[in-house]
Amino acid sequence: MVNGNAAAQNGAGGVGETATWTVKAGLAQMLKGGVIMDVVTAEHARIAEESGACAVMALERVPSDIRAAGGVARMSRVDLIEEIKAAVTIPVMAKVRIGHFVEAQILQAIAVDYIDESEVLTPADEQHHIDKHAFAVPFVCGCRDLGEALRRIGEGAAMIRTKGEAGTGDIVEAVRHMRALWSGIRRVASARDDELPSLAKEYASPLALVQEVHRLGRLPVVNFSAGGVATPADAALMMQLGADGVFVGSGIFKSSEDEREQAKMANAIVKAVTHFADPVMLAGVSRGLTETMRGRAAASLLAEELLAGRGN
Amino acid sequence: MLALQGDFREHIDALRAIGATASEVRTAEQLAVVDALILPGGESTTIARLLLAFELMEPLRARLRAGMPAWGTCAGAILLARRVPGLDRPPIGVLDVTVDRNAFGRQLDSFEAELAVAGMAGGPLRAVFIRAPVIREPGPGVTVLARLDDGRIVACREGRVLATSFHPELTDDRRMHEAFVALARDAVAARGSAA
Repeated sequence: MVNGNAAAQNGAGGVGETATWTVKAGLAQMLKGGVIMDVVTAEHARIAEESGACAVMALERVPSDIRAAGGVARMSRVDLIEEIKAAVTIPVMAKVRIGHFVEAQILQAIAVDYIDESEVLTPADEQHHIDKHAFAVPFVCGCRDLGEALRRIGEGAAMIRTKGEAGTGDIVEAVRHMRALWSGIRRVASARDDELPSLAKEYASPLALVQEVHRLGRLPVVNFSAGGVATPADAALMMQLGADGVFVGSGIFKSSEDEREQAKMANAIVKAVTHFADPVMLAGVSRGLTETMRGRAAASLLAEELLAGRGN
Repeated sequence: MLALQGDFREHIDALRAIGATASEVRTAEQLAVVDALILPGGESTTIARLLLAFELMEPLRARLRAGMPAWGTCAGAILLARRVPGLDRPPIGVLDVTVDRNAFGRQLDSFEAELAVAGMAGGPLRAVFIRAPVIREPGPGVTVLARLDDGRIVACREGRVLATSFHPELTDDRRMHEAFVALARDAVAARGSAA
């Protein structure tokens, strides 16, 4: 048991033990093969649920608008998150700034289902991430490679997502990070036992977690892809590269001004994740889509515009 | 193994670990060739929509009515039930119970507990409940298999259809999977002797 914080309310009426590691990592297992969609209103949340999203991320602005707006991006308003929670029955996630443990305390107090400690928001701490073991609500965190993933899991993350470059509609960074992660996993999996301590040093990761990756041949938690998915083909690409599911941000609600078109895109991406390895199905779900997010090539971003480098 | 969304890989690993043959079902053609079906944990709204979108709902209902063994865990149990308040798509409806979704609250209220299951040797199992449903109003043909300490029903069986609110696939205890595989083998043997 990693976490002793069972002080949370027990809706189970005392018949069981809450906030255990199994329960925190277990919800992510239920999300697998699914699409988690960024939403900024209760109406968006309803469209997402209706389109087959397995969870929603409640945000003030989608990442492409965060880029456009500039300034400091923070945790969403509590009222907005509560409106979205009231609108749907699927799990509701929300983001906090890297290292901002009080934003996380607030999200736990309003009982969001998952907290994303996210580089998409402006970091609150350039050195320390949140001690996620101290929370009853599970956390998801971003990574660019195996070392970053294992450091976050070591801090208590119960789910990982590769970062990609949020708000661009450009899949290239998501691919880079997923490939880097799996290349690290394969290397650790095929190493000799006596090489693992040196690999732990190289990846700047806890040895116990490196040993677990060696034993499992994968991360010990669920791993989604994020940051750049704009089409059903993008989503299926990330699944074929080894994602357990995908986060889609700007790709849905920035694909079109028209709600029906947004719902069509959302639904097509959901179906593409289910049938990710079946090209005939993928062609079928892609049929009839008219608009995609215009996007911005990640390579055209200035260094200070890149989000993925925040937090390491 | 119904593989539209959810933790189907964990079920498949569990089945293979006990020597059963397991395959993923995403299409009507794949459904037609399996002897028994597990409906995994996941999001019931998502899976219900995908069953309809890929035209699996009717073939699945037909096979279940014809006696195919099935086991639903959590979201899967919701989909098998006849009555599901608040679900905006009709469930498959082959199990004569009412199932309340998210009956314990939000993720903060997810929990683990020791649970005694009727007819299961070897003592209680560790049951993992994640945004779990609760079963109530079992019809006359339904056998209750497990209750929480407060009396709420979390496992039941009607004929060859099994439902659990919890997730045996998330633990290393394979007894529920063994029980289901035995049920499936009996059904296949009965079909063979009838033919």
